[in-house]
Formats: sequence, C-alpha cells, structure tokens
Amino acid sequence: MIDLLIDITLLAFLLVTAIAIIRIHSLFAIVMLFGIFSLSSAGLFVVMDAADVAFTEAAVGAGISTVLMLATLALTRQHDEKRTAKHLPILPLLVVLVTGAALIYGTLDIPAFGDPDAPAQQHVAPHYLNRAVEETGVPNIVTAVLASYRGFDTLGEVTVIFTAGVGVFLLLARRSKKERERGTHRET
Amino acid sequence: MMEFILGHYNYWIVVILMMAGFYTVISRGNLIKKIAGLNIFQVSVFLLYISIGNVQDATTPIIAPDFEYYSNPLPHVLILTAIVVGVATTALGLALIVRIKEAYGSIEEEDIHLQDNSL
Amino acid sequence: MKHNLILRITAKLLIPYIILFALYVQFHGDFGPGGGFQAGVIFSAAFILYTLVYGLATAQRTIPLWILQRLASFGVLIYIGTGVAGLLLGGEFLNYSLLADAPITGQHIGILVIELGVGITVASVMIMIFFLFAGRGRP
Repeated sequence: MIDLLIDITLLAFLLVTAIAIIRIHSLFAIVMLFGIFSLSSAGLFVVMDAADVAFTEAAVGAGISTVLMLATLALTRQHDEKRTAKHLPILPLLVVLVTGAALIYGTLDIPAFGDPDAPAQQHVAPHYLNRAVEETGVPNIVTAVLASYRGFDTLGEVTVIFTAGVGVFLLLARRSKKERERGTHRET
Repeated sequence: MMEFILGHYNYWIVVILMMAGFYTVISRGNLIKKIAGLNIFQVSVFLLYISIGNVQDATTPIIAPDFEYYSNPLPHVLILTAIVVGVATTALGLALIVRIKEAYGSIEEEDIHLQDNSL
Repeated sequence: MKHNLILRITAKLLIPYIILFALYVQFHGDFGPGGGFQAGVIFSAAFILYTLVYGLATAQRTIPLWILQRLASFGVLIYIGTGVAGLLLGGEFLNYSLLADAPITGQHIGILVIELGVGITVASVMIMIFFLFAGRGRP
C-alpha cells in the first residue's frame, strides 16, 4: 500500500515538472526543473528495485547534464525563450495525440506491472540469477552481466563515451594563441 | 477492471510523459528547450523498461542470503548503457548549440531559418 | 567565487571525501550498487566543484588538458587490452576465465580490470568536456 502511494506521488511530481518545462519561458528555470525531473526519476527507479540505474541516473542526469546545460546558457547568454504571439500549434498537438493513443493501445496487452509469470522474466533472467555467483563470483548481478556476460556491449559503450569526448573536443577547443596569430582566415 | 487499472496505470503515465517530451521537441523553437524535451523523452523510455522488469515483492538483483526473489537484471543493464549514451548525445548537442550561436547569433529556430533562406 | 570564504573552505573539506567515495564505489561495485560509470561521474563531480570554486586556470594547472586526453584513451586501451589478453592466452576475445588458474578468479580479475578502465575513461571525458565548455567563454 505504501509502495503504491510513493509510486503515485513520484509519478505526479514527474508529470507536473514535465508540463512546467513545456509552459515556462525562462531558460534558467527550465534547466533547474530538468534537474528536479532527473532526481525524481532516480527516486522512482529506487522504488522499482533498480539501485544501479538510480545511482547512474542521479549522478548523470542531475549532475553532469544540468551542469552542462548551465554552461551552455552562460555561453549563449540567452535568458528567455522568444515569445511569439502565435495561435495554438495544431499540427504538433495532433501528431502527439495520435502517437499517444497508438502507444496506449499497445500497452493494453502488456502483462500487469510486477507479474512474476510475465514472459520478460523467463528464459535468460533466471539463468543469470541462479548461475552468476558460481560462474563469476560476483554477487551484484547487474555488474556481472554488464562486465562479463555482455562485456562486448560495454566495450561499445566506453567507445561511445570516448567518441563524445573527441567530438566535443573538435567542436569547442580553442586554437592556441600561436595558431590564431599565424592565420586569420575564418574557420568554416 | 480495478485490477487492470492497478496493473497498467504505470505504463499510461509513462506514455503521457513520453508525449510531453515529444511535444516539446516538435513544437518549441528554442534549441535548449528541444534538448530538454529530448531528455524527458529518454527518461520516460527508461521508466518504461524498468517497469517491465519489476517483480512484485522482490528486491534489487544483488544476491544476499536473506532474500529469495529478485527483480529482473537484464533491463537494468540495458538502461545503464542507454543513460550513458544519452549523456554523450546531450553533451554533443549542447556543444553544437554553442557553435550555432557563434555562427548565427541566435538559438531560435525561426531566426536560423531566416538567415539560411536569405543567403 | 575565489573571494567567498565559506565556499572555499567547504569545498576544501568536501572534495577529498567525494574522491574517496568515488574510489569506494569503483572497487565495491561487485558487492553493492556501483561500478565503473557511477564512480567515474562522481570523481569528475569532485573536479568540477574544484573548478567552479577556484577558477579554470587553477584547475587546469592541476590537471592540464593533455593529461585528460591521454587518460581517456588509456582507459579504453585497458579494456581492449584485457580482451586481447584473453586472445593471446588461447581463448576468445574478452574471455576472462584464462587470466588466472581458476576460472572464477580469472573472471573476478577481468571484471575488476575492465571496470577500472571504464572508470578512468568516464572520469577523464566528463572533466574534459566541462573544461572545454568553461574555456570557450574567454576570447
């Protein structure tokens, strides 16, 4: 019963924050609300028994993403979204309603939330839960699957992070003073 | 009927969140707001996956002697990778916004289109 | 920010504990929640706090940008190196069971080493991205 209440409260927080992000015009307030959104979703992950995911979401979403957005706001020096006195955008609203209706129609067939006999809990998951400690010696099943059973995917993930670092470096690195004095033609 | 709603309300609220993020991306012109909407969309997709892996009256998938039932660890692994890839994409998108501001002088979609069309 | 005494002293008190917690999360990732990614992000948060309070120039004297570039590639190299070590010892790529005498010890060693590689890469990339964003503002 208390689980249900916490669940509903956190989901209500998330909904209110998302709608506020749509409606508010001050960009600084939007970035702060985005941090709150990430932290509430981390709380929801804990309620749903996903400790590693909550850890990562709180650190990455409420930490790194918010800090980078604030840095972008400081660099672009824009405080408010431009207000246009336009009428309500009909086409995006229509697209969103149709897509939402189709998705809800799709969720009518999903097994109930928390069902232990759902197809998602058969085949591979019991194998990992039963055999991981004797095959890898690591009690944290998520780390065992991430690092040992699905180690190839984690290699791709590390490469993606490295590529993002290289990409930001190519976009944002300042030329050193020597290079700036040498050539003055604009970089395209 | 009540059982059905209790078992599915989670998914419906997540779909509403997804559509809120989607609406922000396609209807607002400010680039930073678009990135915020994209992140809302991503987080709601993660919520959907973790809800699918949840098992009632079970605990976190860390093997301990006192517990017998554990939640499904596979969605946790998928979403861990997805969160990290999401932050990489966000960082690159924000770097692009900084460069766009330096090149066009504005981060509103309409001003950028005007400048592009007038070339 | 340099002139605000409370901020400076609080940051000085907190940063060692943040780094310690990051190391704890890194190496106890197999017994509790945690692992390479979380530890890398927490480690970078300590350095971002230092940069925010003491300024970009001081922070770049502590860790210059070229060290961060080398460390990022070094982390990926550790990961791939563990995989190739499995190849050289006669098995497949990323087979950890061959790294020690007993397969379980080999698996444990393999998991620890690759989590270390992941942590190093994530920490250095996050700090590098923040330094690049902060350094773009000055002409």
